[in-house]
Amino acid sequence: MTLSDFTTILPVAILAVWACALLVADLFIPKDRKGVTALLAALGLAISLGYTLSQIGDERLGFSGMVALDGFSIFLNALILVCGLLGVALAYDYLKRMNIERGEYYVLLLFSSIGAMLMAQAADLIIVFLALELLSIPLYVLSAFARSNVSSEEAGLKYFLLGAFSSGFLVYGIALIFGAAHTTNLYAILAAASASTVSPLLAFGAALVLIGFGFKIAAVPFHMWTPDAYQGAPTAVTAFMSSSAKIAGFAALLRVFVTAFSPLAVNMTDVLWGLSALTMVVGNIIAITQTDIKRMLAYSSIAHAGYILMAFVPYGNAAVAPVSVAAGLFYLIVYAVTNFGAWGVVIAVERTEGKGLAISDYSGLAKNHPALAAAMSIFMVSLIGFPPTLGLVGKVYLFRAVIDGGFVVLAVIGVLTSIISAFYYLRVVVNMYMRDGEPAVRREFWLDFTWGALAFLTVFLSLIPQTLFAWASSALMKLF
Amino acid sequence: MEFLLQPLTLVIFFPLVGVFALLFIPKENKDAMRWTTLIVALITFGISIYVLTMFRAADVNLQLVARYDWIVVGGWNIQYFLGVDGLSILLVLLTTLLTWISILSAWTAVEERVKEFMIFFLLLEVGMNGVFLAQDLFLFYIFWEFTLVPMYFIIGIWGGPRRIYAALKFFLYTMAGSILMLLAILWLGIYGNTFSVPDLIARGGIPANIQMWLFIAFALAFAIKVPMWPLHSWLPDAHVEAPTAGSVILAGVLLKLGTYGFVRFNLPLFPEAAVSAAPWMALLAAIGIIYGAAVSYAQADIKKLVAYSSVSHLGFVMLGVFALNPEGVAGGILQMINHGVSTGALFLLVGMIYEQTHTREFRLYGGLWKITPVFGTIYLITSMSSMGLPGLNGFVGEFTVLLGAWGAGQNGVFYWGGVWLAAISALGVIMAAVYILYMFQRMFMGPLGEIVEEAKKHGRPIRDLNWREIAVIAPLVILMFWIGLYPAPFFNLMAPAVNHLVGMLPLP
Repeated sequence: MTLSDFTTILPVAILAVWACALLVADLFIPKDRKGVTALLAALGLAISLGYTLSQIGDERLGFSGMVALDGFSIFLNALILVCGLLGVALAYDYLKRMNIERGEYYVLLLFSSIGAMLMAQAADLIIVFLALELLSIPLYVLSAFARSNVSSEEAGLKYFLLGAFSSGFLVYGIALIFGAAHTTNLYAILAAASASTVSPLLAFGAALVLIGFGFKIAAVPFHMWTPDAYQGAPTAVTAFMSSSAKIAGFAALLRVFVTAFSPLAVNMTDVLWGLSALTMVVGNIIAITQTDIKRMLAYSSIAHAGYILMAFVPYGNAAVAPVSVAAGLFYLIVYAVTNFGAWGVVIAVERTEGKGLAISDYSGLAKNHPALAAAMSIFMVSLIGFPPTLGLVGKVYLFRAVIDGGFVVLAVIGVLTSIISAFYYLRVVVNMYMRDGEPAVRREFWLDFTWGALAFLTVFLSLIPQTLFAWASSALMKLF
Repeated sequence: MEFLLQPLTLVIFFPLVGVFALLFIPKENKDAMRWTTLIVALITFGISIYVLTMFRAADVNLQLVARYDWIVVGGWNIQYFLGVDGLSILLVLLTTLLTWISILSAWTAVEERVKEFMIFFLLLEVGMNGVFLAQDLFLFYIFWEFTLVPMYFIIGIWGGPRRIYAALKFFLYTMAGSILMLLAILWLGIYGNTFSVPDLIARGGIPANIQMWLFIAFALAFAIKVPMWPLHSWLPDAHVEAPTAGSVILAGVLLKLGTYGFVRFNLPLFPEAAVSAAPWMALLAAIGIIYGAAVSYAQADIKKLVAYSSVSHLGFVMLGVFALNPEGVAGGILQMINHGVSTGALFLLVGMIYEQTHTREFRLYGGLWKITPVFGTIYLITSMSSMGLPGLNGFVGEFTVLLGAWGAGQNGVFYWGGVWLAAISALGVIMAAVYILYMFQRMFMGPLGEIVEEAKKHGRPIRDLNWREIAVIAPLVILMFWIGLYPAPFFNLMAPAVNHLVGMLPLP
């Protein structure tokens, strides 16, 4: 082990040390001043983000090829850290209001972020597995954080059981791959796979890995846990896990497939095609019938997993793969910004004891809180994929990659399901603007700041997406 | 930053100044909001007049071009590319004119949430002008879809009793059509490595079978917007529920986005496909003309009647455009303007009487001529213009379109159907006279109607137009006579561009 190994994962290491220290420090922070913990957690994330950005341009392997540092991982680490910051900002007031303010919250959030970042850097299936567990276990705890609230406990338990179940698939898949390729290193697997004809064992292992990740990213038919977990968990947790965990899942999935399984594209492309189409269709159709905003957004996040999965479909085509990976990465930004914003509004409207969560509770929001309603409209319009918002730009990028790869039918399914999605997203807008009501809304600086800034970015970045486009398209996975 | 000072940029984005100003006007100060919006809309109209003075009709190329790289990274080549030519200049003027007229018409009609109303209206103007001026397909698509959002709110917030249903139907219907166009646009972008319309036209060479698919994807988006039969069912709902100002813009401009799309994109980008589709499109247009007219006659609601008459009138536009000869296309474009003027005026007039009586059932009226002579006269002129009476604008447009369609029947553009398509469509003119005169007669002739008596009994007799209302309608009446008596300036503006366009088509 050398210093270079550590600098490969420097942001992760910093955050890990910081999180451990914060766990101790929290003991000395009085109960009524847990805001300090939040501040310290945010500080740790910001420092780590600074180091991440200073790594731009650096490309190497560390720990004998176990972790990789490249444009891809730096891009995703930065995104995950931003999600962490947003998660802290949304939790700060929410925890107080819901009487669940405890310092562990922020520490767990940091640990989960560490797992997510490691997933983006993992170049070995063992690290993928370790990182996934490090990501997930804090999330199980966070889901059940509103202890003694039955639905929160139920959410935690369900998430845990399904998460453990999916880890089983993943580990079994890794074992089969090891049997076929005699290695767990992604680059070595690639060499083994392209050297000979693809062994059925390897293909089967890859399929099991896909299932394992399918649970994490909530792709249909592995999505069953999502609505319950998202609905039951405290909303601030839902906001964080629906973004961060999904990004991490996609990060690992993209790296594993594009790096190690590209010789399997012949077999996997059809599977991914079907998974993507099914996820878009089912997610969007079930979302129509939801009356609870958290469940609706849960199904919407399932549907969006389907859109992001589109980026995987042409992964075996060397000419298109860079474009489609870039499209996937860009869409992850779009998803994170819009999704966090929408959850932020949900948090603003939510009241204690689970009130204020029905879509009908948004009636009349535009009258007394025009800015909040306008922000929510922007997020909804962006989730539909309508101009002038990031959602349109993101979808356009994805569709282009898919059309470029020759999968026009999948693109058609993508746009048709977008029309379906317009129906349920607009229902929120209808309630806010066209029906009467008196919703009680929580105004608090960090909360207002979060949704306000995200709404601004959703529009602003869609008008000048060049920088992000350039960053996404240069954030390539390096084949060491 | 120099691009901000381009005249076309200003035409599109100047209304945003108004949006920004409105944000800072306190809620109670409704008149300040109205005046701000009106002044901004008038300045925008002024800028569009300035564009007209800079415009040289003889030049068939795009003029006053503003072209800058926008997203040129990672394999994308999207430009901020605006330009105006003979096909779009009149439509831009129509948009800026109808916008301030609509705002003036909503002066007393909209009392609730004035600020939001005005903001949405100005945003709508941004979108509409953007559609007419964008020459990059991606930029065009953004404006095209964006127009839906403010209109959705205008119908949904200030509309009639079934407004939420109508707004949602409007949004989903139009979105469903246009989203396939997005895929076609992306395909073209990959194919030509540019989204610039002139560059794609110059490149050409799209294989015939793919051309047909792309043509269909674009045509579906535009046909829903027009709306062509059988995709028209959103229109009556949207029109009936929309507030007056919304109806005026919807009929006056938004429907033209569709017909304009056919002229601007379908014909030059997919010429072979356009030629083979011509008789089919003309058939749909002819069915629309007859169907729209027949259904209009059965309506009891004035707004619904006018909505269905739009289906009929826009059938003429489509018939002209797909005649693929200079008369047809020019007549089609002029008919777009005509329809904007006369139908816009009809909706305004309906709104003026509705504000007093709160009913649009025309059988309840009657004998209005005696009490409201000014209103009656203007209504008569507008009705005559809408049914195509010689000397007024409708006649010029419909006549030229039919001339073009007849020519297309004779020279084989309508390779089946021949002159019959023109002949059947001509029946629509007569049918228009039937339903419009029927409505006029029931409203203005005969004994005083139920609602008129009732208004009198309640001590609020129906009054004639006031000065504001006359100011609102006057520009449109002047245009009706101007186009009807001396259409040459209008034709001259578009003729070279139309000839150039038709010259590009591989006609039989």
